[in-house]
Amino acid sequence: MPAFYGTEVESPLMLGTALYPSPTIMAEAFRASKAGIATVSLRREGGAGQDFHALIRELGIPVLPNTAGCHSVREAVTTAQMAREVFDTRWIKLEVIRDDDTLCPDVVALVEAAKILADDGFQVFPYCTEDLSVCGRLLDAGCEVLMPWGAPIGSGRGLNNPYGLRSLRAHFPETMLVVDAGIGLPSHAAQAMELGYDAVLLNTAVAKAGDPVAMARAMALAIEAGQLAHGANPIEARDMAAPSTPVFGMGVLG
Amino acid sequence: MKITLNGEARDLTGPTVQDVLAQIGLAEARVATALNGDFLPAGARSSAMLKDGDALEVLAPMQGG
Repeated sequence: MPAFYGTEVESPLMLGTALYPSPTIMAEAFRASKAGIATVSLRREGGAGQDFHALIRELGIPVLPNTAGCHSVREAVTTAQMAREVFDTRWIKLEVIRDDDTLCPDVVALVEAAKILADDGFQVFPYCTEDLSVCGRLLDAGCEVLMPWGAPIGSGRGLNNPYGLRSLRAHFPETMLVVDAGIGLPSHAAQAMELGYDAVLLNTAVAKAGDPVAMARAMALAIEAGQLAHGANPIEARDMAAPSTPVFGMGVLG
Repeated sequence: MKITLNGEARDLTGPTVQDVLAQIGLAEARVATALNGDFLPAGARSSAMLKDGDALEVLAPMQGG
């Protein structure tokens, strides 16, 4: 099972807590998925925050607070500091957004914020692109985990750039890599694991499915399948057929 | 004292951040505070004096992806 900053979690599935039809269905989806980590956020207290906190505590798994919606280094750093106190964790899923249509990370601000937070004792999980140089800078800043997007958040498009993600895996073989965002189907999650990724983070694909609990289970099975397949050393794809049934010994019948 | 509380103009007596939390029923709640954009740790709320025009954010755990 994957270990993030020395903390082993029970599953490579990291599941978000937003957008479910009800808190009850959210809790059932978590049980069905056996997710190892629950992602959460901070918002202005409008009366629901205390009940939600009780609900996530009942899940009994580590929480990973995010800085979703932050567009500047200052916003992200302040949000991270607030999250550390409220959730009593050094983990932070660091998001600094540049573009609202694609929710593309502002990778320059991301590196700057990651350095500030890592120097302040945070254990940073940066939501980033699959760019090798940006990812290298994030490691230089003190990150031990990288979370490149598969596709824009909530888009369900799967892995837009399998080549880039494979290349990242090859460049940083010792770093914990998580595909974060863009997963729509279990096959997408399986593909990420087949590439050798350590975990997958998803939310919308489960929460907005017609049956979130069934989809949560499907994601868990796909992730397990993809992980097993990666460990089993898959064959290389080829252009021409290669008969699996022996040719030698075939009877002459025509 | 006129402050902006979670984006809304409010007239509250204060004078500390902890007093304001009590006045809005969140003295014991699991919340995090930021004053004028800077994180204000829980332990500093009782000594943080508010003044006219201050912006106080009070955030709580919420759903997230």
